[in-house]
Amino acid sequence: MKKVESRYVLVVGCGRLGAHLASQLSRQGHSVVVIDTNEAKFSSLAVEFGGFRLEGDATELAVLQQAKADRADSLIAVTADDNVNLTVAQVGKHVFEIPEVFARVSNPERAAMSHELGVQTVCPLTLASEDLLRRVLGAGGEGEEA
Amino acid sequence: MKAILVGTGKQLYFMAREFVSKGHSVVVICRDAHDAQWIVRRLKATVLHADGSVPSVLEDAGAREAEVVIAATPHDPDNLVICQVAERRFGVPITLALVSDPDNQEVFPKLGVKNVASLTQLVSKLIEHRTAAEEISNLAIMGEGAVNVTELVLPEDSPAVGKPLASAGLPCDTLVASVVRDGTAIIPRGDTVLAAGDRIVLVTLPTSYGQAVKYLTGEA
Repeated sequence: MKKVESRYVLVVGCGRLGAHLASQLSRQGHSVVVIDTNEAKFSSLAVEFGGFRLEGDATELAVLQQAKADRADSLIAVTADDNVNLTVAQVGKHVFEIPEVFARVSNPERAAMSHELGVQTVCPLTLASEDLLRRVLGAGGEGEEA
Repeated sequence: MKAILVGTGKQLYFMAREFVSKGHSVVVICRDAHDAQWIVRRLKATVLHADGSVPSVLEDAGAREAEVVIAATPHDPDNLVICQVAERRFGVPITLALVSDPDNQEVFPKLGVKNVASLTQLVSKLIEHRTAAEEISNLAIMGEGAVNVTELVLPEDSPAVGKPLASAGLPCDTLVASVVRDGTAIIPRGDTVLAAGDRIVLVTLPTSYGQAVKYLTGEA
């Protein structure tokens, strides 16, 4: 386990990716708040998860306030809905002034928009296809936008 | 004018019908197949059954030439992204987002979407502004609630009765725009003396509205 300075991270969406991220961050000693509209989703967090669970809709300002978003170092929005992720990330950035915000965006077309919105995005499809192409075609393979 | 409407259900249908009847060229985008069919059978509008927040869908709908894009889905984040894509990607001059969460009326402009309408807030404002007294009626709420135009009849016990307007004790940010007395309209000046039974038109800000109405009706 690396000793790093503890960061305050909000994870929005406690699906497979969200639960995994939150558990990892917590394990590495960071302060984590996971937000999900469905309380049952919190059961996928690691047993030793030491952060906070907040049931609510992060697109509501009051919920982010409750999560003390104004004090967060980062926000990671990984719900199943691209537009929710983009909205929450933008609100985090422009309303709560969180230094680093990330949104998972499944549709590569929307991911291409994200720079204009001041949000860093992760598009699993693009990542996977780039990775596979690189492996299939060798290091010189051309990355292709899906 | 070319308009693109994104939404669902009857609200979308009636909005599209309104636009079509006013002679605008309308493209409707809706995610629900039923709604799309309903509209396509009834209106002279192009209907796309798709997700309007996807850039290529808006492009297919003709966003590059559109003058207006209205995002009226029941999902606020979708409406935000639709307006952002329309404006930033395709340079649509006017975009309007309808929102359910009234907080978004303040949040969305911070994210670059200038025109935001909240039905929830509009309704609650209207209710807020309805006063019990029957002689008060709100003529208009202008500038998205920034200015109220109210008509009221001065009761006999109003402290303003018998005083010239300039010294009638009206709160700040209050303007008496007109006075109707015995069927004659007067545009008052500072020296116009108010009388009981005067029907006056009041222009106020939301902050001065309550105080002005209470004072003039003698409830303060």
